[in-house]
Amino acid sequence: MILGQDPLYAGDVWGALPVTLLKVVAAFAFLLVSVMLNIWFLRKVISDFQNRVGPNIAGPWGILQTLADGIKLFFKEDLVPDNADRFTFKLAPYLSLVPAFLTFAIVPIGGDFNGDGSRDGLVTIFGKDTFLQVADPPIGILFFLAMSSLAIYGVMLAGWSSGSKYPLLGSVRASAQMVSYEAALGLAVAAVVLQSGSLSTHDMVLSQSAGFTSWAIFTTGVVPFVVFFIAGTAELNHPPFDLVEAEQELVGGFHTEYSSIRFALFFLAEFMNQITIGAIIVTLFLGGPQGPSLFLPDGWWVGTIWFFLKLSFFLFAFVWIRATLPRFRYDQLMDLGWKFLIPLSLFWLILLSGLRIGDTNNWALGNYVGWFLGWFAGAAFLGSLLSMAVNTARADRLAEAAEKEASRG
Amino acid sequence: MAEFVTFAVAAALIGAGGLGVITARNPVHSALFLIQTLIGVAILFVVQDAHFLAAVQVVVYAGAIVILFLFVIMLLGVDKAEDLGVEPIAGQKPLAVVVGAALAASGVVTVVVAVDGATGSAAAPGIGENALDNGYTDIERIGRVLFTDYLLAFQITAALLTIAVVGAVVLTRTVRADDLLDDLDPLSMDVAPLAPAGANDEQHVSADQPDHGEGS
Repeated sequence: MILGQDPLYAGDVWGALPVTLLKVVAAFAFLLVSVMLNIWFLRKVISDFQNRVGPNIAGPWGILQTLADGIKLFFKEDLVPDNADRFTFKLAPYLSLVPAFLTFAIVPIGGDFNGDGSRDGLVTIFGKDTFLQVADPPIGILFFLAMSSLAIYGVMLAGWSSGSKYPLLGSVRASAQMVSYEAALGLAVAAVVLQSGSLSTHDMVLSQSAGFTSWAIFTTGVVPFVVFFIAGTAELNHPPFDLVEAEQELVGGFHTEYSSIRFALFFLAEFMNQITIGAIIVTLFLGGPQGPSLFLPDGWWVGTIWFFLKLSFFLFAFVWIRATLPRFRYDQLMDLGWKFLIPLSLFWLILLSGLRIGDTNNWALGNYVGWFLGWFAGAAFLGSLLSMAVNTARADRLAEAAEKEASRG
Repeated sequence: MAEFVTFAVAAALIGAGGLGVITARNPVHSALFLIQTLIGVAILFVVQDAHFLAAVQVVVYAGAIVILFLFVIMLLGVDKAEDLGVEPIAGQKPLAVVVGAALAASGVVTVVVAVDGATGSAAAPGIGENALDNGYTDIERIGRVLFTDYLLAFQITAALLTIAVVGAVVLTRTVRADDLLDDLDPLSMDVAPLAPAGANDEQHVSADQPDHGEGS
């Protein structure tokens, strides 16, 4: 069996056990704590956006609010509806949670990627050389895609097994949405794989370690990054793609019938997925844990600090979008996914492959054309998104005015 | 040793899942057992160093095909325990026994032949001394074979899938008169109305209602 290229597993496998256990426990603890902080962060930032205070009682700045909520949920009554399919109803929250946990295993959260090939992301724990990621399977990023496709089951079965209308509608929406956006997500990933030449997340970070300009966000020409960001948000069922929950239409969506700790598990999975998607974006497009050490002494912790800085930016961006954008209508959602993101990312993948061939055959022109096209298309894409948003609002207002006019006349 | 333990666990998963698929009364439970079987097979692939196949097994089979099954089950409302006493097709049960026995027999024959091959000189090709096994990982090997030796088959498969998708769209998108009434998308209103002439006026009233800005 090949367990990835982590040198930890090269020789004595049993000797690697303590380090592996340590990494697993650390990743687990990190995820739980960061979910706690992430929910607090979300509530605090949204409060700021909405000009109110937000949680401020439990702990300093209300930082323990999530913990208090979690404990409250633990002690609440656990209800199972009469119509529910009991086994599936109880299974579904775990089907949501486990993929959320597992995906984080492939994210390199630190290491010394300074591009000179001296360490290549290796760190030494208890005298053993290893990568700062729980696992580095040869399929790497495919593992992320596999887990995100498994995560659909939690949502789908939760809605179905509740034996009630709204959850079923929510879960059918959710699974249709997640299946549609997975294609765009995969194509955006393929563009990065084309640049890195490997599926392994460690190799991807390594291929971006020659400094700022070698980050995949630039070498793939911004478009895959934007597509991945949008499709990732849709995959998370986060606003503006939260039709799954759509309180006004579906009460609460697939988890309407859930209460107590089972509800908390869905909540946990959702925010864990948010952190994981942020971490995957950082790994794929922003060079993962690499960055200049500046005034700090060199070492693996510099990478970890950079990783968390980049991750925090994306966590903030998710909250920012949540607080700003209104929800998509269902047909708009499907149009954006199928008629816009998938063709765009497919086109971009073919363009990148063409440039790649040009590169290997020494058509010097290819590079310049590629750079120019990349920046141009990136700008055009962002511009068209913006104008689409503006036009939607304007058309709404025009429609309203026309209606008023009609009723008056 | 580790390989054997993993195999035993995965085989138990697959066996239990397979039994569950045919014994579960509820179709959704059957689908769940099917996922269990598929993931067990994926584990076996990983043990055999076929990492790519394992990933594809999970992404395609567990992540797309069984999801599709579940969609059909949920949307068609067949998610009730069924009465197995009634045979939809006459003679189905005896036929199933015959086909099942044939499948089992071919499985046994394959295993026996494979054992003979391993002990004899006609060793199973493709393990260890395969010409493709030259330092590449399984992903590179699959890619290489797919885009060189089997390129035509690969492209034909792609064309087939495209035809299937287009066919599905053509078959399901029937434009009927009452669809046009519901459809408020101004772009589709340029299509010549398929309704009888009398219904046209009514349609145009609804067509003039502006949409939420799409296409404008």
